Amino acid sequence: MIAALIVRDLRRGFTGAAWLPIAFFLLVATLMPFAIGPDAKLLARIGPGALWIAALTAALLPIERLIEPDRADGMLDQLALHGLAEESIAFAKIAAHWLTFAPLLMIAAIPASALLAMDGAALARTALALAIGTPALAALAVAVAAVTAGLPRAGSLAGLLLLPLAVPLLIFGAANALLLEAAVSLLLTAGAPFVAAAAIRASRT
Amino acid sequence: MNGLLKFSNVTLRRGGNVLFEKLDLELGPGERLQVTGPNGSGKSSLIRLAAGLLQPARGQVDRAPLALADDHLALDRELLLRNALGFWGGAVEQAMVALHIDHLAEVPVRLLSSGQLKRATLARVAASRAPLWLLDEPLNGLDTDGRKRLGGAVERHLENGGAVLAASHQQLGGEWRKLELGR
Repeated sequence: MIAALIVRDLRRGFTGAAWLPIAFFLLVATLMPFAIGPDAKLLARIGPGALWIAALTAALLPIERLIEPDRADGMLDQLALHGLAEESIAFAKIAAHWLTFAPLLMIAAIPASALLAMDGAALARTALALAIGTPALAALAVAVAAVTAGLPRAGSLAGLLLLPLAVPLLIFGAANALLLEAAVSLLLTAGAPFVAAAAIRASRT
Repeated sequence: MNGLLKFSNVTLRRGGNVLFEKLDLELGPGERLQVTGPNGSGKSSLIRLAAGLLQPARGQVDRAPLALADDHLALDRELLLRNALGFWGGAVEQAMVALHIDHLAEVPVRLLSSGQLKRATLARVAASRAPLWLLDEPLNGLDTDGRKRLGGAVERHLENGGAVLAASHQQLGGEWRKLELGR
């Protein structure tokens, strides 16, 4: 049932608006040279940090459709009745969200790095850091989506909740402190299913 | 527990109000029970309590594996009806025939009417192999034929040793034990 749920969420992700956060990511990366100016050295220096900010904001976009539609439609209830623990539901959602979000983001990082005048080595380092950090971004997105599901103005609230929690990832990711980033990523990814599960259970009326 | 559903001394509180307290009920194989009562008396909450989706303030609920049909569709609207029901598994083809939606199998869920969607949620329950059925307002949106087919599905389920707990303020077909809430 977990595999079926992941496959279903992947199908919905890719037939839905999976490209939207990626387009947003590229757009933010495009804005940087306009805002900073065409100084290639300066752009290359802020490049990794700029890509991280673009990735963070792009991660916010799909939050409202991660949990809320399934909660409102009774899907989460039926999954629970079919014997799936809320933790497993959250894990499946994180896995599916990561698979729809991260690979496309890594591909989009290639043209984005060119816009920021980053060389191949800098791109490789940033891509590795994104690969380590994106599971945590996906996990945070699902947890925050579960916490805000059904609330009015959930989208804005989700941003306020997610961005501060992502700060450690941003610091270690942009500084390329990969071991520390991996530790933070692991902690967030491991903890998020439990937070999301508690929120799903508490949201039942 | 010999029965399929057992409430022992159950109290349910919603938003500070006690909806019912010290409720005992037991449902065994071949039994059907209809929960009646005015709007807001806690019929749906009792169903969700039986399903384990709500927790009682006091008391204990024991339950066999169950299937639930309520107002929520829980079917992917972009899929064909057959595939959307197929996600939940069970004897989907038979259930679609029983609720007479088999001719809609190749139609996307989003194009179905509300009565047809109601039949689809009932078909999910009929397809499941769960011994206990929980039906919340199963007649909403059903036409005469739909009611007849639901009645038939319930009869077959009871003959096979299942049990049905339904919440409705309308008259359900067949002989039902009654439990009135909110007196």
